[in-house]
Parts: sequence; structure tokens; C-alpha cells
Amino acid sequence: MNSDVQQVTNFFNTKRLRLSIILVIFGLAYIGASIGLGFQTQSLLNVQAGIAWLIHNFIPNEASQGYWNEIIQQLFRTFIVAVASTTCAAVVSLFLAIIGAQTLTPAITVSWVIRCLSSLLRNIPIVAWAMILLFSFKQNDLTGFLALFFMTLGFLTRAFMETIEDFGTEKIQALQATGATYLQVIFQGLLPEIAVALMTWILYMIENNVRDATLVGLLTGTGIGFIFNLYFKSLRYGAAGLVVLSVIILVVAVELISNLIGRLLS
Amino acid sequence: MIKPENQISIPTRQPAGPRLSIPLRFRDRRRVTILMTLIVLAYITLATLPTMIPSHFKLGTALTSFAENIKIMFWQPHLANTTFITLLGALGQSILLAFLTTLIGSVLAFFFALASTRRLAPTYLVLGIQSLMAVIRAIPTVLWVLIYSVVFGLGANAAVVGITFHSVAYLTKVYADSMDELSPGIIETMQAMGLKKSAIIRQAIIPYMMPSYLSWTFIRFEINFADAIAVGAAAGAGGIGYQLFMSSSFYFNFHEVGVMVYMILAFALVLEIISYRLRTATN
Repeated sequence: MNSDVQQVTNFFNTKRLRLSIILVIFGLAYIGASIGLGFQTQSLLNVQAGIAWLIHNFIPNEASQGYWNEIIQQLFRTFIVAVASTTCAAVVSLFLAIIGAQTLTPAITVSWVIRCLSSLLRNIPIVAWAMILLFSFKQNDLTGFLALFFMTLGFLTRAFMETIEDFGTEKIQALQATGATYLQVIFQGLLPEIAVALMTWILYMIENNVRDATLVGLLTGTGIGFIFNLYFKSLRYGAAGLVVLSVIILVVAVELISNLIGRLLS
Repeated sequence: MIKPENQISIPTRQPAGPRLSIPLRFRDRRRVTILMTLIVLAYITLATLPTMIPSHFKLGTALTSFAENIKIMFWQPHLANTTFITLLGALGQSILLAFLTTLIGSVLAFFFALASTRRLAPTYLVLGIQSLMAVIRAIPTVLWVLIYSVVFGLGANAAVVGITFHSVAYLTKVYADSMDELSPGIIETMQAMGLKKSAIIRQAIIPYMMPSYLSWTFIRFEINFADAIAVGAAAGAGGIGYQLFMSSSFYFNFHEVGVMVYMILAFALVLEIISYRLRTATN
């Protein structure tokens, strides 16, 4: 009896010790990282100052009403760029994923090449894409489109490949046993089964790209990101607030639509 | 495509009862949704892609110049304006920024998630917090950092607070979702046993969500690293993103961009190996 109590106490003591050690390690890491960056923890307590400033300055005023036209136009262009880049990337990456998935690949080397390519495309920062493309394609929507396209291509290829690999080999083998050709297996067996999963990924990516399109626009001087930067840096905060408001509305609307489609699909 | 099953019909007796028509309609709804979504997406893309290409645009020249730059970037990387040590420091700064924001974000988001999970919190709190987080999530990280760099001044404080905002909003949602997956029976049993909320959280919720907590936090770390680079470039918040921005849009030196991209790729490779290890360890 006594040894049981001892055991239980020991168990809880080790548990507590482990937890304390983890907490201490993370605490030290936090302090180290703060010092390394020059970050002052008390600024976390000043978050409300930022919100107050935001509310005070960013409320759209009379003068900013005149900007509606331009904002709506640029917002629409940004949305278009995000949707078009995702759709184009989805088509290409579906092809790449089918060729590259380990269950369907014609050769294992092809699979590895595609895997590396998608990892490369995904991990080159979007800033580098935007800058290189800006240099060659100049300041227009095509630059933003291509930057988002390459990022999305890398991401979706990887996601689609994993979806196809999760599909397994049994159904493919069963279809092959009935004499189905490669294309028949893909179009009759694989795609109908994974269509919902692919759709979910595409919708998620569109949502993400609408947000990223703002960043790319900021860097390449197009779309809603550019006019935000323009208004913000020329201290027209009312108009900048209007831009933020319109971005919120767009992103929330896209999220709601994709939730609706997701619910219809499930 | 698979033909809908209602083509096969028995001639003597038509299926009239609701039992047969429900599954068919269900599957049709799914097909129609997918088709409609694809048609809309294809229409938007095809209708607007040509308008993106400006007039007097020489695609050939642009493509050759792009290929040339890619070649310079990947085949001839070398430094001119900075030293490798400086860049290593800048990379370290970006990594620290990502780490710090993920740490603060995951701690704050855990408490927000507790307050907005359906298992513990009342509905008005769930709806309130989730909609607030949706609005915060809707504003891109760069805009948060730009806004806070006016309030705090340019630098680490603005970058940390700005990225943390977005991390908290993102993590709150995914943590709350994984807490919602816990079956309500477990919590009801514990409540019936007379346990307090703190005990339920410690003994049921934390052990249950630990694996998904770790994997989501790690995913957010990867996103935050990408965000740290973007923020450095677009909001001048320092780190390797700032160096990238300087050498590509001030010095136009793609040799240098190549070195930085290689450094970022090396770190991304490390992250990928860690995430692969984590996935195989948890499976």
C-alpha cells in the first residue's frame, strides 16, 4: 500500500518536473529571442494603443468618399488575379500530381523530380518571385498573377499528390484488373473520388491568395496593395481605412462562399 | 464520368418512395456544386486572363529576361554589397521573429480557443470570438505591421505585434476546431463526477489536443517564417526579407538575390525534414 502511494507521488513529481523544465526552456527561449530581436515585451501591453489609433485615424471621413471608385476597381482586379492564378495553377498541378504521385507515376524518378520542383516553388519566398518577375514583366497585373501562380503551383502540387497517395492502390488495381486503361483509371476511378478533396484545397488556396495578392500588389505596385501603400504613405488615412475595410469585406465574403460550397460538398 | 444511377430503372415498378430518392439527390447536389464551381472559376479565369496582359507587351522579351534572371540567380550566386555574416545574422533575425511570434501566438491562442470552443464556452462567446478572429484574419499581415509601425515606430516591436495578431487569429480557429472534435460525452462524464473546469481542461482537453496542437503550431511557424520575410521586405521590418528587397529593387543585383534564396531554401529544407520526422513520429 505504502509503495503504491510512493509510486503515484513519484509519477506526479516526474510529470511536474518535466512540465517545469519545458516551461523554463520556453521562457528562456522567449527572453533570448526578445533580446536578439530587440523586442520589448511591454509593447504587447500597448496593443490597445494601436487599436485606438486605428479607430481614431482610419474611420473613413468625408474626403475619402471620393476614393470608392478606384478602390472598388482595384479590389476587383486583385480578386481576379487571385482567382485566375489559383485556377491555372490547379489545372497544371493536377496534371503534375497525377504524373508525380507514387501510386500512379510512370517512373519513380519523375515522381522525385516533381516532388523537388514543388518544394522549390513553394519555398522560394513570394518576395523573391515578385521582385524577379517585376524586373522582367514590369508593373502590371501579369506580374502579380505569375508570382501567385508559381507559389500556388508548388503548394497545390504537393497537396494534390498527398490526396492521390491517400487514395491508395486497391481501387486502382481493381480497375486495372477489369481491363481499364491508364486514362480510364484516372478519369473514371480516381477523379470522381477525390474531386471533393481537390475542390476544398482549391477553395482554401483562393482564400489564401486573395490575402497574398495584397502583399504581392504592395511589392509590385499593382492592385489593392499598391493603393493602400499610396494612401498610407501619403497620410491619407481615411482612404487607407476604406481600403482595409474593403479587403476585410472581400476576404470574409470569399471565406463565407467557400464555407457554403464546402457545406454543399460534404 | 460515372452516370447517375437513376438511369437503371426496373420497368415493372418505379421507385417512388422517398428512401430511394434521397441518396440520389444527395449525390447530385455534390456533382452539381463541383460542376458549377468549376464553371464559374473557369469563366472568371478565361474572361479576365487576356485583360491582364497590357497592350504593347512583348511576351518573348519578358520571358527571355525572366529566364536570364533565373539563370543568374541560381547558377551565379555571389555577394557584392553585403557579407555572408551579415546575411546569416539577418536570416537568424527572421527565424527569431518567426519563433517569437509563434510562441506568443500559440500561448494567447490557446486561451482564446478555450473561450471559443463549443465544448466549454457559451454560444455567444463562441460566436463573438470567432467573428472577431475572422475579421483579424481577413486583414493581411503586412497591413497589420504597417499600421503598428506607425504606432510603435519601425522595428522589431511593430513586426512582432503585427505578425502575432494574425497568428493568434489563425491558431484560435484551428485550436478551437480541434477542441470541438473531443466528444461531449467525456466532458459530461467529468462534470457529472464533480470536476471543476480547470481539471477538465488539464485532464481531458490538453491531452486530447496535444498532437494537433503541436502540428498546427509547427505549420504556423512555417507560415510565420514566410510572413517574416514578406514583412521585412514590404514594411522594412528588418531580417533577410529587407536584404532581399534592397538587393532586388535598389541594387538590381540578382546574384545576391540568389545567395539569399539559397539560404532561405536551406532553412526551409531543415523545416521540411523536421516536419517529416514529426509526422512519422506521431503516426
